[in-house]
Amino acid sequence: MTVDRRQLLAGLGKLLVLTPAAAAAWEYLEAGRPEEAPSYRLADHWWAMVIDVEACIGCGSCVRACKTENGVPLEPYYFRTWVERYHVPNGVSEHPEVDSPNGGYDGFPERYRPGDGAKSFFVPKLCNHCAHSPCTQVCPVGATFDSPDGVVLVDKSYCLGCRYCVQACPYGCRYIDPRTNTVDKCSLCYHRITKGLTTACCETCPTDARRLGDLKDPKDPIHEFLRAHKVQVLKPQMATGSKTWYAGLDGSVR
Amino acid sequence: MAGLFVVGLALFLVARKVLVPVGFGELGHFRTGAIADNRAPKLVHAGRAACAECHSDEPDRLKSGAHRGVGCEACHGALGAHAAAETDVKPARPDTGTLCLGCHRQSVSKPAGFPQVDPKEHGDGSGSCGGCHDPHAPAEEPKAPPAEEAKKP
Repeated sequence: MTVDRRQLLAGLGKLLVLTPAAAAAWEYLEAGRPEEAPSYRLADHWWAMVIDVEACIGCGSCVRACKTENGVPLEPYYFRTWVERYHVPNGVSEHPEVDSPNGGYDGFPERYRPGDGAKSFFVPKLCNHCAHSPCTQVCPVGATFDSPDGVVLVDKSYCLGCRYCVQACPYGCRYIDPRTNTVDKCSLCYHRITKGLTTACCETCPTDARRLGDLKDPKDPIHEFLRAHKVQVLKPQMATGSKTWYAGLDGSVR
Repeated sequence: MAGLFVVGLALFLVARKVLVPVGFGELGHFRTGAIADNRAPKLVHAGRAACAECHSDEPDRLKSGAHRGVGCEACHGALGAHAAAETDVKPARPDTGTLCLGCHRQSVSKPAGFPQVDPKEHGDGSGSCGGCHDPHAPAEEPKAPPAEEAKKP
């Protein structure tokens, strides 16, 4: 078979037009599989959290909502999110007094008197969903991973329960679920955020001290928050690429 | 020799097929199906938008007061089951005597600008906040109930 120049050029032209059209059609079909993701595309999101320390009132709504939403054991040592109370005597920020009775689940019984010369505040904690997460790097079987939309998730059907990741997390955000003997941690309410809802903790926070944000969505208010506030991550020296930013964070917070 | 190699290769391929889970390595060093597994759990909190679909009047009142940013389920509890089958699951009415103090009890650790009360000094001693304050539209100066009015000198 011989092909003259005219046929070749015409064929190439058709190919040039049809290939992207076919790719777009294929992409549309892929995205439209209703049982998986009606409109949610992993590549379109990059989830993060901002926490306004100066707005937190230590009510514990987030802790209760998180445990209810995610079926976290109610014993006082299993938490996906918890709240710490800091009490920093004047001038000794290296040695703050920190307590977290039941993770803040029942609120905080008053321990301190006004006018004792110290500052006191609440700091909510959760998985920082690090972009360079130490916990996923040590998993020997790939049972915990950074999802393409920026959430650190656990594959419970594949976790061995070896506890490497529990030790590797510099923020202490992981625990072994006593019922399954596999690891559990904040999933950023992945079952909610992929359906267009916010996390259970953000949903129930009465002062908007914690807000979920999608960094890939240019209209998300998180961008305005990050512009308007001086923010810091926890343990920046560990270079974890944490995506949980704290506004108004005191230097004493570990 | 070649036969041994072929047998070895076949054994390796079979072992790999059995040991490596389906979908492993497609998007990274993990099983792709784990993403769907993490999306699977049912909603326990419905979210304020779901509440407003039926209870349209209350969110409107909420907007006018200081509680405009407070989600319904922060006070009324998780109501995903009620949103899914409203007649089967009925939410309980919160007790204002305990609920309000969960946020508004005085504490040195709370932000200074946040409204806080000492229950020993504040109120009419009834142990309930709902008598004077409307939790859906709290005002700075609540209207005092008749009993409170009478006690004043």
